[in-house]
Amino acid sequence: MRAAFFGGIYNNYIGLEEALADARRRGAERLFCLGDVGGFGPHPDRSIESLRKAQVEMVQGNYDDAVGNAREDCGCGYTDPRDNHFARLSYAYTLDKTSAGHRPWLAGLPPQLSVELGGTRLHLVHGSPRQQNEFLWESTAPDAFLERLCVEAGADVLLCTHTGIHWQRQLPSGRRVVNVGALGRPANDGRTCVWYAFLDTEAETAPPFCFIPLAYDHQRLAREMRAEKLPEEFVETVLTGWWTTCLEILPSKERLRGRF
Amino acid sequence: MKSDVPESRATEAVARGPRVPFRWMDTLWVQVTGTLCNIACQHCFISCGPKATQIPVMGVDEVQRALDQGRDAGVRHVYFTGGEPFLHPELQSLVARALDVAALTIVTNGILLDDDTVRWLAGAFERSRNALDLRVSLDGMTAAQNDSVRGRGTFAEIVAALQRLGAGGFSPVVTVVEHEQGLEGAEARARFLDFVRGLGIRQPRVKFLPLLRIGREARRSEGYADRLGDEALLPAVESSLLCATGRCFTAQGVYTCPILVEDASARLGASVAEASRGIRLGWAACQTCVLDGLRCNT
Repeated sequence: MRAAFFGGIYNNYIGLEEALADARRRGAERLFCLGDVGGFGPHPDRSIESLRKAQVEMVQGNYDDAVGNAREDCGCGYTDPRDNHFARLSYAYTLDKTSAGHRPWLAGLPPQLSVELGGTRLHLVHGSPRQQNEFLWESTAPDAFLERLCVEAGADVLLCTHTGIHWQRQLPSGRRVVNVGALGRPANDGRTCVWYAFLDTEAETAPPFCFIPLAYDHQRLAREMRAEKLPEEFVETVLTGWWTTCLEILPSKERLRGRF
Repeated sequence: MKSDVPESRATEAVARGPRVPFRWMDTLWVQVTGTLCNIACQHCFISCGPKATQIPVMGVDEVQRALDQGRDAGVRHVYFTGGEPFLHPELQSLVARALDVAALTIVTNGILLDDDTVRWLAGAFERSRNALDLRVSLDGMTAAQNDSVRGRGTFAEIVAALQRLGAGGFSPVVTVVEHEQGLEGAEARARFLDFVRGLGIRQPRVKFLPLLRIGREARRSEGYADRLGDEALLPAVESSLLCATGRCFTAQGVYTCPILVEDASARLGASVAEASRGIRLGWAACQTCVLDGLRCNT
């Protein structure tokens, strides 16, 4: 069994189309998205339409809940004034540009998904099993904490996104946690590609999950973001691979790997 | 146990105020040096100082017991606080033990961070998979502004420590207590970020904290005139409070939070398990968390 797991799309419909094609080329039989279709990028309807057309199995992210239910803010969980300033700009744009016809679909997405693939119980969430907008960063997710989440969720493998930076770890019990990263913006590593996770249960190499770097037409995305008058700080991230906003939520280890 | 709070009032305190259910054990504060500190700030909310022994320093075994209980509860973050944690004679061992359990933040005034200590911290940061953060208190951009509450000469010492940390590749969180007018708002924050960047810190982080009008600060200002009523909190406020997902381990037991460790009525038990239960926000200082939005987490 082969399956692809996409993290936050953040309106990057160009990257999403590329990821769908790439996953199919690699033989993915099932496609999953762990939520946050909107935010950051342009034209929110286009990503929603691609996901629906491809029948991607969805988990609801905080952005999907917020847009679907027209909430006051995106619920991203930032605590810093500058982070919140950019989160408000991004949310106002996505909320305004998402068609009314798509909102019930976003509002009705399941917050969690349990599936069995190749005899392994996978539990898919956006943030964590206990909180939709919880950030599971590699450096602030110790083993005992992750074991607890897996046990409570009844999972052999817990898959999440929300942070935008991919990582995976096998726990002492043999359980595994995979943060699948995000298709919506680069991983703050100075590269313009975005990432998703791929599972091959019959792969002879371990671990069965790998991360796929995905090149896409980021120049086109940047042009469209500028045409939509989205913040230049967001465009800079797309063009350079370095995060310029939403930085204060990063733990020190992840922050120091970035430029800003 | 010593406490300034008479038992009758203590009983009253925990029996009123909005309820905060305990969600889960995320953050374990460990008061490793009790109230022992190398300075005695005018605005300290727990009356710490060089001669303050009302809450004792924790032994290594005691800290390990706290960490073990935290691990059993699946804790994510550990905070070392005091007093001044760098006064602890076994701090290097304690840091290694904590990083084996979870991400660690050390809350410090920075004064004891000499070159050797910064080098050792940089090594610990590199070696550990779990995050190691430092939080350094600086209460002004001038000696006059900072030293008026933290003591004469402390501005120069803290600034020198921040420069050493910056040179060592650290990006500490600088915490600023809003102890006088002009130290709040977006403009002050932007100025402070520039100031910290100017000390050689590549990715400056600044956290502003409202004043807690208890401890020594209650003698400097007027303290609190009132307490919270019994009305339920908004869910978003309730779930974001430190006391919904964290507790503070001290040599005298486990408390609601690091703010109330001098108040006997805030002691919830001898262990993390005993203290992992809902509370009511009947303490006057709870107003600062609920109404002013104080969150001790970095």
